[in-house]
Amino acid sequence: MSRLLLVLLLLAAGPALAISDPREALPDPAQEQRAEALGSQLRCLVCQNESIEDSGADLARDLRGIVRQRIAAGDSDAQVIAWMTSRYGEFVRLRPHFDASTALLWASPVLALLLAGALVLRRRGAAPPPPLSAHEQQELDRLMREDV
Amino acid sequence: MNRRNLLLLAPLAVAGAAGVGFYAALERMRRGTFDPHSLPSPLIGKPMPSFVLPGQAPAQFGFSSDEVWAAGSPVLINFFASWCVPCALEHDELMQLATSGVALWGIAYKDKPEAAAGFLQEHGNPFARLAADRTGRTAIDFGVYGVPESYLIDRTGIVRWRWAGPITPAITADTLRPLLQQFA
Repeated sequence: MSRLLLVLLLLAAGPALAISDPREALPDPAQEQRAEALGSQLRCLVCQNESIEDSGADLARDLRGIVRQRIAAGDSDAQVIAWMTSRYGEFVRLRPHFDASTALLWASPVLALLLAGALVLRRRGAAPPPPLSAHEQQELDRLMREDV
Repeated sequence: MNRRNLLLLAPLAVAGAAGVGFYAALERMRRGTFDPHSLPSPLIGKPMPSFVLPGQAPAQFGFSSDEVWAAGSPVLINFFASWCVPCALEHDELMQLATSGVALWGIAYKDKPEAAAGFLQEHGNPFARLAADRTGRTAIDFGVYGVPESYLIDRTGIVRWRWAGPITPAITADTLRPLLQQFA
């Protein structure tokens, strides 16, 4: 019974809203959803590991406000991101753009996999160890007998 | 020495190289010329953002980007606030810079006018020109992410350098002085 109650309560809790102050939200729910999606891809420069939607920093609140202003003014998602990167650089994007300077970053999982694969193949392809010499075989037999 | 022994030494060599690197980074952090959290500014080499800002006491009039451009010498724009602890830390160095003739223009970032005026009265006013950015929008156009932040604007209005954090004597000597000479 208590388990059922717990499940019901957990279901009723719903997701925590990114912004705590409803006055910040845009009146149009579709626009607000876009603003939240965009904001969650933009880094808060003060804390550096949170998005501006998640951060409680003053600058993050200002930037959330600007994202909403620009969306309300009719900017596309790409225009809002461009507005941010022209001021704060590529670092402001939590999902970096793919270009020459970030190619290594994006390619690193594939490179790691290829390197591991190459090592495995090399090990497999290596010649098996040569058979034991007569002397080694004798020594081995002796050790096995001792052990028993 | 055979190949196997050389390979055994490789981890030691890697650790040694990393140690030298870490030591250099820590030494530069201690001198205050390196901040691992600082970010490159996309404004470097580009014209400064345009702005017109109102005055901040004790100055009666604020200033605009056009006036920075017309200053005829490189201008160091400093964003500060009375509520900012590192701003008080760098203040002695700013006073030194002003005394030595650097054109230092201040922008009070999201500060109460009377609080910023009180801060300058208490610590001294190193700024040749002074303006107030109440909303912080001009600061965002510059890419400010925390005060204090300083921007060196050359005589053609191009942003040449950004320093996020307090300016120390080491930064003045190592970085700012050579830049001022280069763009004088």
